[in-house]
Amino acid sequence: MTTITPYRSTARDPRDGFGQLLHAEWTKFRTVRGWVIGMILAVLVTAGLGVLIARTTVPSCSSQSSSGQQGPVQHGAACGQPSYTVGSGGVLVQDEFYFVRQPLAGNGSITVRVTSLTGLGSEQINGQPAGSLLVPWSKAGIVIKDGTSQGSAYAAMMVTGGNGVRLQWNYTGDTPGIPGAVSAASPRWLRLTRDGDMVTGYDSADGTHWTRVGSVALAGLPSTVQAGLFVTSPLYTTYSSSFGVGNGSSSSTEATGVFDHVSRTGTWPASAWTGDDVGAGNLGVAQVPGYHQVAGRFTVSGSGDIAPLIAGPLNHGPSITVRDFLLGTFAGLIAVAVVAAMFMTAEYRRGLIRTTLAASPDRGRVLAAKAIVIGAAAFAAGLAAAAGAVLIGTHVARSGGSDLFPEPWPTELRIIAGTAAVIAVAAVFTLAIATMVRRSATAILIVIVTIVIPFVLSAPPGIPASLTDWLMRITPAAAFALQQPAPQYYQVQANYMTSSGYFPLAPWGGFAVLCGWTALALILAVYLLRRRDA
Amino acid sequence: MSLPAAELSRARYGGRARYGREALHAEWTKLRTVASTGWLLLGAAVLTVAVSTAADAGATCLSTGCQADPAKLSLTGVQAGQAIVVIIAVLVVSNEYSTGMIRITLTAMPRRLTVLAAKAVLVAGLVLVAGAVAALESVLAGRLILPGPVLRAASGSVLYLVLIALLSLGIATAVRESAVAIGLVLGLLYVFPVVTSVAGNQHWQRHLEQIGPMTAGLYIQATANLGSLPLTPWQGLGVLALWAAGALIIGALIFRFRDA
Repeated sequence: MTTITPYRSTARDPRDGFGQLLHAEWTKFRTVRGWVIGMILAVLVTAGLGVLIARTTVPSCSSQSSSGQQGPVQHGAACGQPSYTVGSGGVLVQDEFYFVRQPLAGNGSITVRVTSLTGLGSEQINGQPAGSLLVPWSKAGIVIKDGTSQGSAYAAMMVTGGNGVRLQWNYTGDTPGIPGAVSAASPRWLRLTRDGDMVTGYDSADGTHWTRVGSVALAGLPSTVQAGLFVTSPLYTTYSSSFGVGNGSSSSTEATGVFDHVSRTGTWPASAWTGDDVGAGNLGVAQVPGYHQVAGRFTVSGSGDIAPLIAGPLNHGPSITVRDFLLGTFAGLIAVAVVAAMFMTAEYRRGLIRTTLAASPDRGRVLAAKAIVIGAAAFAAGLAAAAGAVLIGTHVARSGGSDLFPEPWPTELRIIAGTAAVIAVAAVFTLAIATMVRRSATAILIVIVTIVIPFVLSAPPGIPASLTDWLMRITPAAAFALQQPAPQYYQVQANYMTSSGYFPLAPWGGFAVLCGWTALALILAVYLLRRRDA
Repeated sequence: MSLPAAELSRARYGGRARYGREALHAEWTKLRTVASTGWLLLGAAVLTVAVSTAADAGATCLSTGCQADPAKLSLTGVQAGQAIVVIIAVLVVSNEYSTGMIRITLTAMPRRLTVLAAKAVLVAGLVLVAGAVAALESVLAGRLILPGPVLRAASGSVLYLVLIALLSLGIATAVRESAVAIGLVLGLLYVFPVVTSVAGNQHWQRHLEQIGPMTAGLYIQATANLGSLPLTPWQGLGVLALWAAGALIIGALIFRFRDA
């Protein structure tokens, strides 16, 4: 008896390769005219809305206020570009404080004891009378600074209203020292030592046992610097948001610090102290900034802040950021999601899925090929859309004189590439959902509810911050954190609501949430695709 | 010699009014026998009331004065419920295309405009009922007294939902594919509030709010500071009505002259 073995070629079928599968899916994608039009539409809508939004941020130069929002401070002229101080680190800064100073030639140190820090609120807070108000980041201490010009390099040791002793430098640097409040019963001793470009800060509770808080390098510090005592106190701000109403109010405060046991080493050529109201401080406080000196005891009052400016509405810094130009991303995302959903559901609608699976029986590989094709196409569309919105939008806003936050190029790159990545992964997410539910209407509904609506809710003021924070942590829309235009500084009290572009998760952390949801959807999709009849 | 289908059916049923009634009956049977219609209508009403109640609970009025408009606040849910209304209206048309049912429908009822009109009347009626229940519940949850401007805000919100449904129906008829229609309508609705939320230029902000179907239509909910609105409440609803009429006319023209 002979067994008949059917002929099997030992050569591998070239059409079996994953490359062939990718090519097949790419052909399906590019030959459906509606899908290509959908992708082009996504680019045009997102970039077009970006330019439109940029146009709407241009002040109208009428006699009326150009903004409907209640901003705390209107910088500059109504029609000109507001002027901001650029700090030594390249960021926009506020540099306003009362400075009791002497020049210090070469290396040396200054040591003081702080026995009191008190605060005073202005009369503007909710109509309440002026009174004792010590804000958490009011500051009193010693500083070594490049000069008295705003924005110059510095390092400072200070006691604060609610955050203990801090070493701060060049506007964004901050290191904590001894915690707790200062009082006559528990004074704080502070010391700054200059050695070349290095400035070292020390603190002590008793003046004998000293702790080194940190050393910072201030590049290019001149041989003669200004050193001395300083006091400043930032705006007191409150924000509220409920459905339909977003509000902020802020008013200036003033702090008064009491210093004694001032001792110095090194060469101090001047014979007396000079008082300087750097940046001219704020108005509206009952007391006038200044200092007086009685028998080695200095009482210094100041108002303002030494800190980075915070961008966004209701804040001190520029109110417009490139994130505003990208609010149209949601419309482009809808278009991409519609294409991604139909890329899968059309197979079921036309019965093409049976041909597809007959040609390539490994269903997981089919889904992988589809995901790569739609992801790559969506990334390309997203990149063009985001680059168009950001670059053209910036140009339009700049030339029109908008109050635009200057974006450092690495952040701008992260925002553009990040937006493309969000659109690409969201397209794969939609594809996986469409594979599970097989109906494009249901798939689009799920994507709109989980990504588009949370994003839309996060944009306007007047949605409770607790709701948007929660949505932006757990929904796939968390990935839009990649569009955060400016860092959040814990040492500056400001409006950090999601509607102003400050997301509850870190940029790549938020992206990981979307990737997690997408991975979960893909696993379920592969499981269902393998298990169900096509 | 055989008569054309249209004349045949006219001969059998006799009269235009009778034909319209039959079309309504046929569409009603189709709608009522699909399980999703009831669930979606219920979902639209429940979502509207739920979000409205959440908004009432979440509102905090400072002692210095409540800036929020209580009627508008109590009807916040309409902004969420409208998404489901969009889906109901889109599926009425696009489901027929995705299943191929449209060919049977048009064979039985060759007068296409009558078919579309019957669909529009039924969708409007269903949304009117669901919207009225939802708006009444929302206002009651907000403990507001109905007569006066609140009545206008509540009944106007119902009309708003009806117009949103008609706008969706028109767009769905034009594009046929459910996913594309839902994407287009929701994109059109949300794009104006998102863009105006950051518009620093008041001139642009007012004009964009005036022409946006959602922004202008929702003026009907305002009962406070009417003088500061770019349009009166009824003018705002009129803008949405123009959008809905435009979408229906374009949808009807395409439906009339395109192969099914």
